[in-house]
Amino acid sequence: MSLIRIQNLARRYVMGTETVHALRGVSVQIERGEYLAIMGPSGSGKSTLMNLLGCLDTPSEGSYELNGKDVARMSDNELADIRNREIGFVFQSFNLLARADALHNVELPLIYAGVPPKERRERARQTLVNVGLGDRMHHRPNELSGGQRQRVAIARALVNSPSIILADEPTGNLDSKTGVEILSLFEELSRRGNTIIVVTHEEEVALHARRVIRIRDGLIAADETNPHPRAVVASVSAP
Amino acid sequence: MTLQSELGESARIAVAAIRANKLRSGLTTLGVVIGILAATLLGTMINGMGEAFTRSVSSLGSDVLFIGRFPWMSFEDYRIYRNRRDITFAQYRELESRMTTAAAIAPQCEIHQSSVTYERRRAKGVWLLGNTPESLIIRGLTVAQGRWISASDVSSGRPVCVLGSYLAESFFPNDNPVGKKVRINDTPYEVVGVLDKMGSTLGWNQDNQAVIPISRFQDDIQRRPDYVITVKALSPETVSETLEEARSLFRSIRKIEPGRPDDFAINQQEAITKFFDGFKAVLGSFGFFVTGLSLFVGGIGIMNILFVSVTERTKEIGIRKALGAKRRSILMQFLMEAAGITFLAGLIGVGIAWPISWKIGEIARANGSVFEARMSWWIVALALFVSAATGMVAGFIPAWRASRMNPVDALRSE
Repeated sequence: MSLIRIQNLARRYVMGTETVHALRGVSVQIERGEYLAIMGPSGSGKSTLMNLLGCLDTPSEGSYELNGKDVARMSDNELADIRNREIGFVFQSFNLLARADALHNVELPLIYAGVPPKERRERARQTLVNVGLGDRMHHRPNELSGGQRQRVAIARALVNSPSIILADEPTGNLDSKTGVEILSLFEELSRRGNTIIVVTHEEEVALHARRVIRIRDGLIAADETNPHPRAVVASVSAP
Repeated sequence: MTLQSELGESARIAVAAIRANKLRSGLTTLGVVIGILAATLLGTMINGMGEAFTRSVSSLGSDVLFIGRFPWMSFEDYRIYRNRRDITFAQYRELESRMTTAAAIAPQCEIHQSSVTYERRRAKGVWLLGNTPESLIIRGLTVAQGRWISASDVSSGRPVCVLGSYLAESFFPNDNPVGKKVRINDTPYEVVGVLDKMGSTLGWNQDNQAVIPISRFQDDIQRRPDYVITVKALSPETVSETLEEARSLFRSIRKIEPGRPDDFAINQQEAITKFFDGFKAVLGSFGFFVTGLSLFVGGIGIMNILFVSVTERTKEIGIRKALGAKRRSILMQFLMEAAGITFLAGLIGVGIAWPISWKIGEIARANGSVFEARMSWWIVALALFVSAATGMVAGFIPAWRASRMNPVDALRSE
């Protein structure tokens, strides 16, 4: 069974009198453990596809099965549950809570999952150690560098062991050296069996993925396998 | 389990949000603070007044009738009653001999604003009464020192008097008053007893009284006084029977033709209590109105500030939703913030009201009043509950709106 099965997925927005067809019928299957890049210029519909894949939005048409569950017709609260358990988001602008320290930011998904305080603190701490931030637990986002913030965000995405890591332009706000660090972290995660979907418009980033889906005008323009994904130099994986 | 950890998180967020905007939260609380302040103070006052009043009124005795020319607590034209015939000593005698349902009957005459002197000291505004031995039980008095007026005091017209505790204390702060001579209307009287402290109600100090034998009152104060006949029923349960008997007997004694109205009034403690209950109700509804109004205005302020808070934190709402926060988590978060602000307001209000009511109580005690402005725990609990509830109600619409935000739109906002 595929991890993700979408068929004829379409999303329309009504803007005043105009209807915008952001996605016009997309079908794709994604298997467990894949490292996939979704590419496309701005306005192509890739963000819409990402929102749908991440269960932040519901399609106008088509079906979406995630882990065998039909999520296309779920209610708000059911979707919140799916996002909590199945999906770990990594955003371009990190989207950390400014008033909370790194540990608390990582704890958040566990709070909404109802994990008891002691266990969730331990799990959050362990995950932060795993991304190399064991010494930054009690720093707030504004006390961390961009790369460290994105690591906190990745730890937050990982902490509840989701089925998919969904990253939206994860290196977009980072300098190239830090960007490479983050990509190497993704590679590491992929090696350990995580499913990673990266939405990007940078070829550089997409080259690291093993499969690239190109979106144009709301449709899949190409679905390619990358036989030789570029590997990041292993030495930069540690900060 | 989920609900529990969400509640904890909501509380943490609320505290953080209030602390991050101290000035804003503080200003927002003002309306609610004033409301709670007004409510607790008025509540404490009404409570205290009620207690003091009940205590003083109950000294009149619920089973005692006062037959006189004037009805109590009446707002009719005073002249109607002033022209009524006096109640005479002879009428008292006749009633006394004919009543069968009375435990005791006594005539009483009184003047307010009398003056009593002891050596160089002068007490003004003294309530001077002419009583008989029966008056002690009927008026429900108790003697602290010495004795009460005796039958022979009355029959022989002995110049003796019993003083209220306030009067006794102001004349004899350190001495035993019994045996001393005071002057009432320039006639010397020997003090034979002092009454127990009773306290004052609404400015009327019952302890500032002097009692003399009724025969002396007729000789020294007023030749033909306007008597009040005091009647004690056999038991509190049979007051109405006693009242009926007294009324029909007194009509016949005063030769009132059938069909004509009474030209006297039979008063009871109940009349005062009823009047006071009405007064309390008016005061209470006024307090309710003021409280409601300021809580309403305060609530609008809370609602307003919460709308601002929700708008400011749209992005945060988006992030939380992306991480799995359900509608109820977001709803709880903002409701807690609103309730937290108003609960704080309640605490401030109660915190201001407490020393004020304490001070009022102290001033009242210094003036010899038994009025006790005590802030009971249930007033505090109620005030805190009401303030938190105000926050919940006022914060509901903004919180509900926040909870229904679309995560994609919320995440996109800056």
